[in-house]
Amino acid sequence: MSITDTKPIEPKEYKEMGLNEAEYNEIVRVLGRHPTYTEVGMYSVMWSEHCGYKYSRPILRLFKKYREAIDGAGLENAGIIDIGDGLGVAMKIESHNHPSAVEPFQSAATGIGGMLRDIFTMGARPIAALNSLRFGPLDEPRNRYLFEQVIAGLGYYGNAVGVPTVGGEVYFEECYSGNCLVNAMALGLIRHDEVAYARADGVGNSVLIVGSYTGRDGIHGATFASVELNEESESKKSNVQMGDPFVENVLIEATLEAIASGFVVGIQDMGAAGITCSTCETSAKAGTGMRIDVKNVPTREECMTPYEIMLSESQERMLAIVQKDKVDEVTAIFKKWGVPANVIGEVTDDGLVHVYEGDDLVAQVPAKSLADDAPTYQLEAKEPAYLAALQNYDLSQVSEPADYNEALLAILASPSIASKQWAYEQFDQTLLTNTVVAPGSNAAVLRIRGTNKGIGVVVDCNGRYCYLDPFVGAQIAVAEAARNLACSGAKAVGATDCLNFGNPERPDGFWQFKRAVEGLAEACEFFDAPIVSGNVSLYNETPEMAVYPTPAIGMLGLLDDVEKHCTSEFKAEGDVVVLISGVRFDEGEKLPVCERESLGGSEYLKVIHGIVAGRPPVLDMEQEKRVHGALLKGIGDGVIKSAHDCADGGLAVTLAESCIAGGIGADVKLSANCGPSAALFAETQSRVVVSVEAEKLGLLREIVDAYRVESTILGTVGGDAMTIAVNDVEIINVGVSELDSCWRNAIPGKMAETGVEC
Amino acid sequence: MAKVNVYVTLKPELLDAQGKVVKAALENLGYNGVQDARVGKFIEIVIADSGNIEKDVDEMCRKLLVNPNTEDYRFEIEKG
Amino acid sequence: MKFGVVRFPGSSGDKDAYFAVRDVTGQSVEYIWHESTDLSGFDCIILPGGASYGDYLRAGGVAKNSPIIDAIRKFADGGGRVIGIGNGFQILCEAGLLPGDLLMNNTARFRCLPVKVRVDNNTSDFSGKCCKGQVLSLPIAHLTGRYYCDSDTLNVLEKDGRVLLRYCDESGNATEQANPNGSVGNIAGVVNERGNIAGMMPHPERAVEDILGSTDGVCILQSMVEARL
Repeated sequence: MSITDTKPIEPKEYKEMGLNEAEYNEIVRVLGRHPTYTEVGMYSVMWSEHCGYKYSRPILRLFKKYREAIDGAGLENAGIIDIGDGLGVAMKIESHNHPSAVEPFQSAATGIGGMLRDIFTMGARPIAALNSLRFGPLDEPRNRYLFEQVIAGLGYYGNAVGVPTVGGEVYFEECYSGNCLVNAMALGLIRHDEVAYARADGVGNSVLIVGSYTGRDGIHGATFASVELNEESESKKSNVQMGDPFVENVLIEATLEAIASGFVVGIQDMGAAGITCSTCETSAKAGTGMRIDVKNVPTREECMTPYEIMLSESQERMLAIVQKDKVDEVTAIFKKWGVPANVIGEVTDDGLVHVYEGDDLVAQVPAKSLADDAPTYQLEAKEPAYLAALQNYDLSQVSEPADYNEALLAILASPSIASKQWAYEQFDQTLLTNTVVAPGSNAAVLRIRGTNKGIGVVVDCNGRYCYLDPFVGAQIAVAEAARNLACSGAKAVGATDCLNFGNPERPDGFWQFKRAVEGLAEACEFFDAPIVSGNVSLYNETPEMAVYPTPAIGMLGLLDDVEKHCTSEFKAEGDVVVLISGVRFDEGEKLPVCERESLGGSEYLKVIHGIVAGRPPVLDMEQEKRVHGALLKGIGDGVIKSAHDCADGGLAVTLAESCIAGGIGADVKLSANCGPSAALFAETQSRVVVSVEAEKLGLLREIVDAYRVESTILGTVGGDAMTIAVNDVEIINVGVSELDSCWRNAIPGKMAETGVEC
Repeated sequence: MAKVNVYVTLKPELLDAQGKVVKAALENLGYNGVQDARVGKFIEIVIADSGNIEKDVDEMCRKLLVNPNTEDYRFEIEKG
Repeated sequence: MKFGVVRFPGSSGDKDAYFAVRDVTGQSVEYIWHESTDLSGFDCIILPGGASYGDYLRAGGVAKNSPIIDAIRKFADGGGRVIGIGNGFQILCEAGLLPGDLLMNNTARFRCLPVKVRVDNNTSDFSGKCCKGQVLSLPIAHLTGRYYCDSDTLNVLEKDGRVLLRYCDESGNATEQANPNGSVGNIAGVVNERGNIAGMMPHPERAVEDILGSTDGVCILQSMVEARL
């Protein structure tokens, strides 16, 4: 049976679905006829940027693993990183930005759900979730509402589905007002010999839809994610999916049991573009085809058209390809857990996806053309006009603050720096009893049950740096993630990225994207943390402004012995505070180089002076890597008792955080040949504050010499205040309890201030 | 067939944490006249008309839909 | 001694309880599906944490009608030992096996953090290995953990020493500030009149290894193992 006598689709109709004329003509060429209405719908979602990566694919080839996958066996749902002992960690991060700006609670919840399905459809048991979030300033009621609802939605879903949320990051900047970023990340543990694949192998095998019934929710969600937000967005709530963590919880158990039965040939989550995407991708990957009947798809609403069924993005659904004579066994497993599983078709050998509605053939398209052959575009890249002036901003005009204590307290109270306890307390962090280091230190650390091993996991990105230099900013995101892992005693082994950018069709927007990816690709290879999976979210802008380029990096690290992990808080009175840094000074040189340059893009400039300018701090990746080596050695040998990365807010904030977390003070002396503000607040890279017992200083010195990094004794831990003298003048003296309350109460205070506005 | 609307609310003497949040949020939006806000549940049941609906629904409430220690309930039946 | 961990659809804390019993107390342990009605051979039943049936309607409100609940009722009538943790506590209250009920936290938010609880009764099957007044550090993770009962019931619980655990500060004072959810009398856990059914919101099964930050939950598990049947 084949489709004939189709009439041209009106340009107005296919344009509304997001296709341009050239793309429409390409469909006509591929099919050798005009498409049916259902077929246009299928192509429009699969060829959207969200699914087809039509703008980003040429750039993503910079990532080694991506290139290898595209040219080889194909992309899997989530990359797997080997951790030895026959075990691997599946890891992925994904954005849910556009829907979250419209319906924050449900969208944030849905974001986690999709991530987890990508993980467990590989046969991996989900063990942890993280998130990377960006909002506008909390002084705006709307931003408070979004923050409140996103956190509640993430907690609602994660807690009920039964996966602990062990880490994350949140920043607040004006550019995210109206276009918040909600990136959810998940990790799963898998035995290499039990990996399930998203392939429709074996002609004649049965195709099942498993999980929730199909409704009209989320139709054209993928297309929605590929345009800018505007006033109409509010009315697009039907594009937003509703998640059900309870269904997902039983789906996890049932799916893992079904995969373990050995009767499941292939399985794929239904995310963006629903049945369309899962049928064509699994067929294309196996070089097969598929015949399905939409009448066999259980629906939750009456009278759904084939178009709606094929495009629905209802949550908690999966496509499973099952050995044809084992369908009863597999459906029995799902039935035990109360999960619907229905045969909707079978695997064919002709490379086509045939969609029937009863006896009527409503779509018949080459699987590969939908899955792999989305047209790609080489867009124009041009450096943004704003950049040169911002980078060359003369930071020497910036005055010193009137009072350094007040400046420090103001920075600690800045919501981007302040304690995120208000948020993470709403997440179950300790479920599954693997959490060794919970949120609030450097990286989260989990033990791997049944082994001595542990993993560290972290997500990082300073969008402001990326705005000021996307290449350097992206590299710093990678370096900082690896540094946070090293501070925890974990060596970086792999990464996942969520690339949040503005409109790529603007040359300056595309330039930011291209430069950031170039930086990421280089840095990830350098730090031996290949990107194994990822997600691209473009068009993150409103008519007023685009978001900062925000390539969020999720990174996994490995600890051979989880007992040898390290945390950020000062541990004991009398311990010596030491700064380990990448810069190695020449003989005889006493003072560190002037750090004035590194005030560029700093939290200090933003909070105290209201300036976002300068170049981001310089990153020397060679130096950075040596610092990681020294930390791992020092922690592994039991020399280093605490380690905390110097990042946002600079050295003074790092010291304050180690004091607050340890509930103990420190007495510190710095030398500087430039203004005290730079000594305190510059965000110079490749630096870590550690504490050691006095008698172990010699051992530490041996380690730093072996790794050719610099160590500077800053002072001692003790007392109930933090004091810092710069060039022998004490300019900071604040009680730890004051530091603590200022840092801890900042976000709760903002959230309680004047409520929220929907 | 009959449609039954069941309304479940927390007993008035108990702190309604959600209601408290809603009230504060409404006040923050400038609705200063808001005296109280309580959050409850609304359950819609479609049931075959057995002639015993009232008794059956009351039993459903006590067995499942309502925790009689902490919640009050009422329901209305629309026949037809 | 043989433990059973009940699995409802949505019980995500089942594995935590299972591993804690197996790896920390060294006792034998099996999962029990909620449709089961046969508890013969078991000495102690754990209703674990999680969100049975998604906690839709009310936390524990649907699970209380599962077939296993009648079996547990008979099991307890025969002297069997039953503990509900988190969602399990909510289910036992909903089923009327323990007095009182659990309401949404007074903060209206989910709260996950380590808290301090004081052992007020160390003569029960669940606390015999603890000292009276001992302060334990245990994690909580719940949205619906505000223990509530009417004043008559509260008087009985207090008079009979059936309050097992109470939220407190570092020094063991049951202050308002130490109460994470607004529970009446800072109550974090109770036992039934006969002393063989207990419920608690804090999670002792998550505090059983040094690597997890606290081993204070061990004394509760070990009490169950060592109490006379």
